Amino acid sequence: MHEFDWSSIPGAWPFLWDGMVISLQITITAILVGIVWGTLLALMRLSSIKPLAWFAAAYVNLFRAVPLVMVLLWFFLIVPTLLESLLGLPRGSDVRLASAITGFALFEAAYYSEIIRAGIQSVSKGQMAAASALGMTYGQSMRLVVLPQAFRNMIPLLLTQGIILFQDTSLVYVSALADFFGAAYKVGDRDGRLVELLLFAGAVYFVICFSASRIVRHYQNKMKVA
Amino acid sequence: MKLIKKSQRWMLAAGVAAVLLSVPAMAKELTGTLKKIKDTGVITLGHRESSIPFSYYDDKQQVIGYSQAMMLIVVEAVKADLKLAKLDIKLLPVTPSNRITLLQNGSLDIECGSTTNNTERQKQVSFSTTIFIIETRLLTKKTSGIKDFPDLAGKNVVTTAGTTSERLLRKMNEDKQMGMNVISAKDHGEAFLTLETGRAVAFMMDDALLFGEMAKARRASDWTVVGTPQSFEAYGCMLPKGDPAFKSVVDDALAKAMKSGEAEKIYAKWFLQPIPPKGLNLEFPLSDAMKALYKAPNDKAYD
Amino acid sequence: MAYNWNWDVFLQPTATGDDTYLGWMFYGFKMTIALSLSSWLIALAVGAVVGVLRTVPNRGLSGLATAYVEVFRNIPLLVQLFLWYFVMPELLPLAWGDALKQTNPILQQFFAAMLCLALFTSARVAEQVRSGINSLPPGQKNAGLAMGFTLPQTYRFVLLPMAVRLIVPPLTSEFLNIFKNSAVCSTIGLLELAAQGRQLVDYTAQPYESFIAVTLAYLLINVVVMFGMRWLEERVRVPGYIGGK
Repeated sequence: MHEFDWSSIPGAWPFLWDGMVISLQITITAILVGIVWGTLLALMRLSSIKPLAWFAAAYVNLFRAVPLVMVLLWFFLIVPTLLESLLGLPRGSDVRLASAITGFALFEAAYYSEIIRAGIQSVSKGQMAAASALGMTYGQSMRLVVLPQAFRNMIPLLLTQGIILFQDTSLVYVSALADFFGAAYKVGDRDGRLVELLLFAGAVYFVICFSASRIVRHYQNKMKVA
Repeated sequence: MKLIKKSQRWMLAAGVAAVLLSVPAMAKELTGTLKKIKDTGVITLGHRESSIPFSYYDDKQQVIGYSQAMMLIVVEAVKADLKLAKLDIKLLPVTPSNRITLLQNGSLDIECGSTTNNTERQKQVSFSTTIFIIETRLLTKKTSGIKDFPDLAGKNVVTTAGTTSERLLRKMNEDKQMGMNVISAKDHGEAFLTLETGRAVAFMMDDALLFGEMAKARRASDWTVVGTPQSFEAYGCMLPKGDPAFKSVVDDALAKAMKSGEAEKIYAKWFLQPIPPKGLNLEFPLSDAMKALYKAPNDKAYD
Repeated sequence: MAYNWNWDVFLQPTATGDDTYLGWMFYGFKMTIALSLSSWLIALAVGAVVGVLRTVPNRGLSGLATAYVEVFRNIPLLVQLFLWYFVMPELLPLAWGDALKQTNPILQQFFAAMLCLALFTSARVAEQVRSGINSLPPGQKNAGLAMGFTLPQTYRFVLLPMAVRLIVPPLTSEFLNIFKNSAVCSTIGLLELAAQGRQLVDYTAQPYESFIAVTLAYLLINVVVMFGMRWLEERVRVPGYIGGK
């Protein structure tokens, strides 16, 4: 059996915590941006304006066809230069976080848009008809009638996707960004204690994701009763 | 080369005089990286995260190491050359697979880590004066019975992906029909883990890095570095391609540090004394190739 | 941007002289396909069993199945992969671990990756199977039992044939995911498509050509799988259900 030596972990605590903050930052921003952009994509895809529908379909299918690792790699290599010239960021500012967040948000939007599209389609057609009968425009009926109901149905799915997203943030190791997993790996690598740090990281992810999925389940059950 | 540099220095001196005499005159027409640094007041340095003892994080996540110290000498020289009162340093960690791209796309101004200067890379980037010379050898358990490369026949051997060692090892396997199983690990830490957990009998890599990995082991005294060196490699700082003005500032700074004995002091600090984070001593004496380099700095690649 | 494009790089002999770089990419492509397909078969088998167990009335069995799903769903794939490859052999009895480590390293990497992808995906397949079975009206199960079928027979002849047809569309996306997730396996040194792409960068210092080629290869896999699954979906569609005719 392996001789375990956990002594690296206490000293690395601040670094690991910083990593967790980065993981959460990426997750939360990507969820918010992903849902907004995903909703727009879903509306475009359902829209009667053909070019918009085509664009959304192409976007969603492209992002869903490529592994996340490759998407992150592309964004890491291309976005920094692009961001700097577009936003006039001070040169040399650390754009790894920005590019990781951008990559995740655009990637996840493709997945969110599919969930949201299904959610919109699950609202019965009569609702839309009733709204227009009341004199609402298309935009108004979407915003005031269809989307609120669709989102209510979708919340558990959206949150579950969020948990998956949190797990996927570990893939930012490709850009040497120290998210929680990256931080744990680096500490393990530096001290020659990779096995211990990997086990530790696995346990931490499990506790967080398991609790989060329990909360989602609880919420789901409550909604059923209502 | 020498003459050009000298004349540039003269121009610089003339420029300094001109600035002192007439108030807002530019010393010389700046271009490329130097201009970028001057305009923004920022220099972006690429470093490694666990390339002990060249460039790595200590336990407070500060970048330290031999190459980092050499890079900071360069930064001071750039600051002096551009006569900047303040120069902000931005640090960007890099990996072997992204360092070249990051330098090309302008994310980095310079990278000093453990990057070998070779002709393929010279097509994409430019290299400074060599900062370190290593030999590729083997790390193995003292009790393994491995003394040299022929002993590896039919065994599992690990190396790090994307390194010269990987090429040499695969080529040796092919040419001499040795029947080795070559494992390419993602980074040095993983390669050493492969060795330490008994998946491979030996780890082929740059000797200085092997000493670094050995120092991290649970029982450093179980391990030893053996074998005839298979190659020499020159580590250089990577610089943007086609920017001779920047390169000459970098090269001059490095050459000065080597000739003045400053580089040797830095060497002693990282290779002959206990180093963070765990106070390990690599006990890696200055090689003849390194002594020659310090006497006559150059930017020659070995391949 | 100062970049020297060089597409001929794929036709050059590799640094070790045994192949061209295009050959390397093709090797990686085959590895990705082999890894994904073998993992998928295991994932389907294990996922079906676990998914069914989650719906059985026996508390112990369904609890066990639930625990299985939660463990494999709540740890990132990347972490699981490292655990299988680096940590698992250390937890085995010494003799077993040592015997395992002396086998061919490519096989070790392949099996660790296959096991990891298969079990990770099986938890997701199990969830689809469970929701497929649960989406059937409870009357079907009761009718089966009332006709004198035992519980296993009810599953075998009544519930599963129906559920299997219902879950084909959601399984399509899991099937696509397994190809994409296999890219993560490059991190333990398995030379699949993404790893060969990275290797190409290391050896030739031509990153963009390599990334473009790898991305296109994944797109190709995706398109082929999508058309295949669409054909399958049409064939198994259940009339009267959502999406059915």
